[in-house]
Order: sequence, then C-alpha cells, then structure tokens
Amino acid sequence: MLSQESLQQIDREIAKYPADQKQSAVMAALRIAQVEKGWLANETIGFVADYLGMPAIAAFEVASFYNMYDLAPVGRHKIMVCTNLPCALSGGVHAADYLRQKLGIGFNETTADGKFTLKEGECMGACGDAPVLLVNNHHMCSWMTTEKIDQMLADLDSK
Amino acid sequence: MSALGLILADVDGDRTWRLQDYVARGGYSALRKIVAEKIAPEAIIAELKASSLRGRGGAGFPTGLKWSFMPRSFPGAKYLACNSDEGEPGTFKDRDILRYNPHTVIEGMTIAAYAMGCERGYNYIHGEIFAIYERFEEALAEAREAGLLGANILGSDFSFELFAHHGYGAYICGEETALLESIEGKKGQPRFKPPFPASYGLYGKPTTINNTETFASVPFIVNMGGEGFLNLGKPNNGGTKLFSVSGHVNRPGNYEVNMGTPFAELLEMAGGMRGGRKLKAVIPGGSSAPVLPGKVMMDCTLDYDSISKAGSMLGSGAVIVMDETTCMVKALERLSYFYFEESCGQCTPCREGTGWLYRVVHRIENGLGRPDDLDLLNSVTGNIMGRTICALGDAASMPVQSFVKHFGAEFEHHIEHKQCLVPPQVQYEGSQIYVRPSC
Repeated sequence: MLSQESLQQIDREIAKYPADQKQSAVMAALRIAQVEKGWLANETIGFVADYLGMPAIAAFEVASFYNMYDLAPVGRHKIMVCTNLPCALSGGVHAADYLRQKLGIGFNETTADGKFTLKEGECMGACGDAPVLLVNNHHMCSWMTTEKIDQMLADLDSK
Repeated sequence: MSALGLILADVDGDRTWRLQDYVARGGYSALRKIVAEKIAPEAIIAELKASSLRGRGGAGFPTGLKWSFMPRSFPGAKYLACNSDEGEPGTFKDRDILRYNPHTVIEGMTIAAYAMGCERGYNYIHGEIFAIYERFEEALAEAREAGLLGANILGSDFSFELFAHHGYGAYICGEETALLESIEGKKGQPRFKPPFPASYGLYGKPTTINNTETFASVPFIVNMGGEGFLNLGKPNNGGTKLFSVSGHVNRPGNYEVNMGTPFAELLEMAGGMRGGRKLKAVIPGGSSAPVLPGKVMMDCTLDYDSISKAGSMLGSGAVIVMDETTCMVKALERLSYFYFEESCGQCTPCREGTGWLYRVVHRIENGLGRPDDLDLLNSVTGNIMGRTICALGDAASMPVQSFVKHFGAEFEHHIEHKQCLVPPQVQYEGSQIYVRPSC
C-alpha cells in the first residue's frame, strides 16, 4: 500500500517514541503517506492505522482534525494563502485576490487541468513575511508580490 | 533583526545555525560547566527563580517555579516538551530562534532535563514551518554526534534523548495539554486540569512544557547568573524578549530587546509607521491579547507589568501594529473567524460561542448589524469566558470585548450607517502588498 521508502521513513518516526507508544508516530506517518499518495483516502488512513497497531477510526480522527491533511484529492500543487489579520495588513488579502483571479478559481477549488488547488490558510507563524503562501504543505514562500506569484506559478506549472 | 539581545545576538541569518557556529558564539559552555562541576539541579532551579524568567509562550508563568513542581523522587520516566507550535496570529519569533539558533534550544532543553531529571524530550514544531522542523532534526543529529545529547552526555552519567515532532495545522496544539495529546497521536483536544502536566503529563508521566524562547534563554541564565539576566530587564520581568512586529510598520520582523524597553523604541526599530501614517491601535501580545489604542500603547514599556496595567497582556510578544487606514470591525471580523475555525469543538460555550461571535461581527461589517448587537456580543463573551476547559474561549472573547470597548464608535457607525468610517479605498491602499526595500 505504501512504498518501501515511505515505510522506512515511518519506521524512523516510530523509533522516536517509547516502544509501546507507536501511535505517537501517526501524525508523521499520515504526512508521509500523503506525500506519496497526494491525499489521504480512507484505505490509506486504514493502512497507516494497521501499520501502527491502532484503530482505523483513531487515525481518521487525527487526519480529520489537523487541517494540513487532505481527505479529498487536490491539484498537483496546493497553494495555501494566509489572510489572517497580520498578513491582511500587509497584502495577504491582495495576494489571495490575485491568485483567485489568476487561477480563475475560488478557495477550496481546483483548476480544470488539475494543476492547482487554492486554500485559505490560518496563521502560519510567519506574519513578518506577509504576504505568505504555503505550497504543497512544506514549502513556504515569503513576501509574495504579484511578480513573485507570477514567477512561482510559472515554476510550478512546469513541474 | 537586532544585533542586541542574547538569543539572536551575533547570528548571521541563515548562515550560522550549525553546531560549530553556536560553539564559536560560546554555545554549550553552560551545559559543559554543569556536567563538569556536577552542579546540583536545585542550584540551577534557584538561578532560574532568581532570573525572573517568565514563560515566553504567552502566559508569563515563572519558569523556575514551574520547574520546581516536577516531583524529584518519581521512580519512572519523566518528560520534557518544548512548545514550538507557534500559530498565534502575529507571533513568529520561535521560527527565527529555531531557524537561526536551534542549538540554544537544544542546550536549554538539555539543561532543563538535567535540572528536572527528565530522560526524554520532544520539540513540537508548527507543521507549517516544515523546513524549520527538518533543520531542527539536523541540529539534533549534530548534537548527538558531538556527545551533547543521548546516552552519557559529555562522558557523564547524565543521559537525555531529544526528538522533533511536527504539528500539521491546528492552533489549539499550542495549548500545553492539547500538545501532549497530539504527541500521543491523538486529536489535539486540551485536557481538564488538574491534574497538571507536572503530575500527569505525556503518557501519564510527570512532564514540563516550556516555550521555545523560554528554553533558549536558559543557557544564558546559567552563564550570566540569575541576577545578571534579571538586571537586563526590570524587577519581576527579567532578561531580554523577542518581539515580533507585524502590520503597518516599515520593517516587520523580530527584535530582541531588554524587558522594560519603551514601546516607542521598538516601533522605531521596526522602521516606524508605514508611509508615515498615524498609529491607531496595537495588539501587544498576539491576537488573543486585548487591543489598545495607539496613544495608550505609546506610553507603555514592554514588560508583563506595564502592559497588564494598561489593560492588555504581553502574551507572546507579538506586536500587531495598525494605522489609521484600518477598519477595526473588519480587523475583528478576521480574528473572530480564526477562533471560530480553530476551536477544537470540545466545550459547547467555545464551539458554539465562537461561531456566534464571528457571525455577529460579520454581519456588522457587512451592513446587517442590529442595534442590540454590541450587547449581544458582550453577552456571548460573558458566557464563554471562564466556562471552558482551556483558554481558547477566553482568547476568542478578549479581542471582541476590547475592540468594542475602545472602538465602540466605529461599531456603532457600522450598525447605524451600514458602512465603514474608513473609506474602502483608503483601507485598500493601507493594506496593499508591501515589501520592505531590502527584500
């Protein structure tokens, strides 16, 4: 269900916790599974739960509680833009408006070609860098002017 | 970033975070001294108490006192946790500490483990700053390799294992017991207290949780002595503190200053007001802290006592600056949405109340406010505060109460005239994409 490489990564996470607390690795394991699969289907969550020896519903509770897990398919690139107050004071909303206009989609929508999903994010802890975008959960982009957004979209488009 | 301070002193951006750089800045000398001289744990806790170091995550609880709550003779495992789940709007200091000086956190945690007899620790890092999590893992590997972490640290009989754990998008995990639940691989829902973590924490074992900046301060306290650290600040407010300045200033960023520094000086360090516009309001301690009118804030010094006297909280040291182009109703609407979105849903007053707060502020902002809406907001906040397991309910209520208290006329204008006192075009221009010249 998951690649050997993903399983090795999960094993490294399990080793961080006491031997009888494998469930502690569930957040990392779901993240690793999501990177491989693109999103978390119920079967994927179930597999992770089995691997960690925990009930599937307990893993699902975690996957549905934390908002960086995607429980439905997303575009090849997920862009999350922070519009919380500190960012909004320095262009966060403008960046969000520009992305919506440029991609022709609203929040929680995916472009017709399946390349981009746009999400509105909550505080990412980088308010001094506003406007801030988070690309594919793990890549943070700071001070995103319209020119930099254009460049970023072009770079992602070619990937 | 300031050249002053302790934690960020002499760091050179992204280039000097590695072990060798930290050691060149005098890093790990505190841990070496403790291990070599076999300093008694009680003596370390006494220095912490003398330093007046108070929790840098927001609550400002005296760190030395917290450490002294850990049972000394507990027979089983004891744990240590670092709270780097920085998601309070306005706060971005722990990210820079971990990015530029991760080893000071590792050293601080190792000293804390020594002082409290913890065998294992976790640093819980905000999921959105994943690159920082990866860097911290690298820093941990460097420390293990150098014998500064793991079994028999520096050849002594003291052992401590430390690992990184990441969040994945839940503000509530910054609440310490939600953070423990999350490390246990569960939904991050806060636990009822008591029992407090010092008696029933991670995996049911005694646990101490401190903020990243709190741990980062510890090596400096050991090196300069509690009194030396205290004297940098003012009585009851020891040391230096990082302030994350965001919003309508020319140079948003982190500035580490001595506690008790006048707010006016911090504003100047951050380049002053953007476009030379007039200061309207400041949220001095992260989005949960009550907002203060600009002129009240200009008379404050940056320490727990001064800001508390002015009617707000130093909190995490996140200073959100708003100028005259800001619509206070719209500002509150965005914050209220945040708490509504991030309520964990466990307690009814918070789960339902944050929705009420958001919807009422939203309708006022959108010209649908009713004459008794301000009374309604007061009633809802009154029914949330003090009636929930954790502080998120209070954190959602305090902005509402303070915005209405200090800027009530703007809310009344919205309700009566169905429009804002600040013309939309002025708001738009005031908040447009702003990039500081150096970037």
